[in-house]
Amino acid sequence: MSTDAWIGGLMESLSGAGATAEQAPGLSPARLIAIDPGAWGVLGEVAARHGCRWVAGWGEDMGESIRINACFEKAGAYLLARTAVPRAHPVLPSHTPVFPAADRPERHTQDLLGVSFSDHPDARRWTRHQAWKTSEHPLRRNFPVSGHPPEKTPPDHQYPFLLAQGSGVCEIPVGPVHAGIIEPGHFRFQAVGETVLNLEQRLGYVHKGIEKLAEGRDAEGLARLAGRISGDSTVAHAWAACMAMEKAGNITAPPRAAWLRALMCERERVANHLGDIGAMLNDIAFSFGFYHFARLREDWQRVSREAFGHRFMMDCIVPGGVAPDLPPRFIAAMRDEARALRKQIGKLMAIINDLPSVADRVRGAGVLKPEYARALGCVGYVGRASGMDSDVRRDAPYPPYDRLQVAVPVHHYGDVNARARTRLEEMAVSFDLIEALLAGLPAGPIRAPWPPPAADAEGLGLVEGWRGEILSFVRFGADGRIARFFARDPSWTTWPALELLIRDNIVPDFPLCNKSVNGSYSGHDL
Amino acid sequence: MLRILGKIQRLGIITEPLPEPDRAALEQVGEQLKARIGEIFGGSLAIREVDAGSCNGCELEIQALNNPYYGIERFGVHFVASPRHADLLLVTGPVSRHMEAALRRTYDATPEPKLVIAVGECGANGGEFGVNYASCGAVANVLPVDAVIRGCPPTPLSLMLGLLEAIGRRRVGAPGEKAD
Repeated sequence: MSTDAWIGGLMESLSGAGATAEQAPGLSPARLIAIDPGAWGVLGEVAARHGCRWVAGWGEDMGESIRINACFEKAGAYLLARTAVPRAHPVLPSHTPVFPAADRPERHTQDLLGVSFSDHPDARRWTRHQAWKTSEHPLRRNFPVSGHPPEKTPPDHQYPFLLAQGSGVCEIPVGPVHAGIIEPGHFRFQAVGETVLNLEQRLGYVHKGIEKLAEGRDAEGLARLAGRISGDSTVAHAWAACMAMEKAGNITAPPRAAWLRALMCERERVANHLGDIGAMLNDIAFSFGFYHFARLREDWQRVSREAFGHRFMMDCIVPGGVAPDLPPRFIAAMRDEARALRKQIGKLMAIINDLPSVADRVRGAGVLKPEYARALGCVGYVGRASGMDSDVRRDAPYPPYDRLQVAVPVHHYGDVNARARTRLEEMAVSFDLIEALLAGLPAGPIRAPWPPPAADAEGLGLVEGWRGEILSFVRFGADGRIARFFARDPSWTTWPALELLIRDNIVPDFPLCNKSVNGSYSGHDL
Repeated sequence: MLRILGKIQRLGIITEPLPEPDRAALEQVGEQLKARIGEIFGGSLAIREVDAGSCNGCELEIQALNNPYYGIERFGVHFVASPRHADLLLVTGPVSRHMEAALRRTYDATPEPKLVIAVGECGANGGEFGVNYASCGAVANVLPVDAVIRGCPPTPLSLMLGLLEAIGRRRVGAPGEKAD
């Protein structure tokens, strides 16, 4: 359970910096503070001294000023700090010098809102390629959703990548179109022989304007859009967005809806872990394992479709509750299914664990040191395989997890093996949760009425998706329509980790290391 | 090794025969096109999948075509790593503006004769994203598109039926058998 004692200490340290606590029930569990823009850098330093994790940062054009938010977490307690800079001169100290996790999010805010972070160590563009100009900022109010794109958008081939020089250094550009059936992004490797000296990522290729598109949508429209931030996390993102909207409107989803949401979310977690364990085995050329896990994933998705009408359970979570109810026969069917799957995985892993050729590839590959995971604020299985003991379901529990026991597997080696083990153990936890959810599923309605939230009402959603903590923020405008939506996919915290964990590994191990992290491109690019 | 072989033998073959579709899986594909494809590509079709801005939902279902239930390779359909080896581009969308140049280049790198199938609601019409400052919308706004497989995302079955219909090789209940 969360303990927010540190927030008092932090406020004391900030007493000279004009920090004031504000009331914002919709933003719970986070506590809101307002602070002067000049003290923004001090805030970062104080939060770093208190051992906080930098969770997310986003901005909003408020007309005369641009509002900037940064969210911190420690021991399951969240703090949302807020400041404002004049629209005419939007300059603010950066948190990146003390929190590497703030690097790319601040550059995203720079590209989309035109805020300069004065002491940011790397002011290169990040989300912006060539679809809009340096002088244009899509999230400003005066920027139309249609923008002013060129007739054909040129490639972003002038991006200044880091260079490595010296004898024997070669550069390997990969992507954006990758060899497999996967999402697009660019990887620039510098290697000596087969050994990776450095990897630099260039993302943003699948930026679709989600934050801008959200503006003016109604609640149902936002839930649909959030369900397509990252198709593999459709349940978790839709849940986080609906949670944020419900908190803004002080609307509580009925208990049965909360339990069904969790059932879907655990099913989503299992489906993705199954697929990725198989894909990792494929990347070490162990096709037996790949096909078996692909089979188990398919079986699992088919039951999701029978029960909820969609293989990914897309659009099943709606504002105020859930769209489909669970037909009664699935209570027993899903319980038996989970038990059978647990047994099947056990048998397969008994075979796989016995093979030195598998152990040889996954042990010691792609080590993310715990201190790096901490510095980057890595969440989900990537963080947990490197000693970060956090899980929103346990640390800041939301219904129905406030009524359930959630075990959190943690490992410390941080290699591919540790991430795979963490994910296998997380599936076992999900099976326990699924049984508990089915056994305790409350009766009653599945959707609450939806009186449109008041203008200016804000809400924060925090959900443990299969990749880790998702943060979702909404502010309503007039007529119950969205004025601002921001979603922080856990991939923002794990993509930078991939750059570090691949160093000194061999280039041919990259697919394996990448799959063991499996960041979302779409969830990151928005 | 014995345990692996034992497991393989116990499970047997789970690949499913292709069911009779209850509707045309493929929209916007003319009879003429179908005939042409069957003629040109004969018994084998090499596909280069291009995610041009998808949410990754379509990719997961396209990946599923290679799982043991669907096993699309039995129909001579395989996915290749380079557009230079491809007969067909399977493009998911919406086409983000940041992927526009890469998609055009992929198309240019694909040898003639070539086909383009747009996949998913977004690929078909822009879906939830449409045309905006960051999105070109439908694949057809960027490339000439020969056929569309809809769905959000399309299920592996509708993908498979759509693909096989496009190459004129679908014969119900006869997996692996060569259509003539």
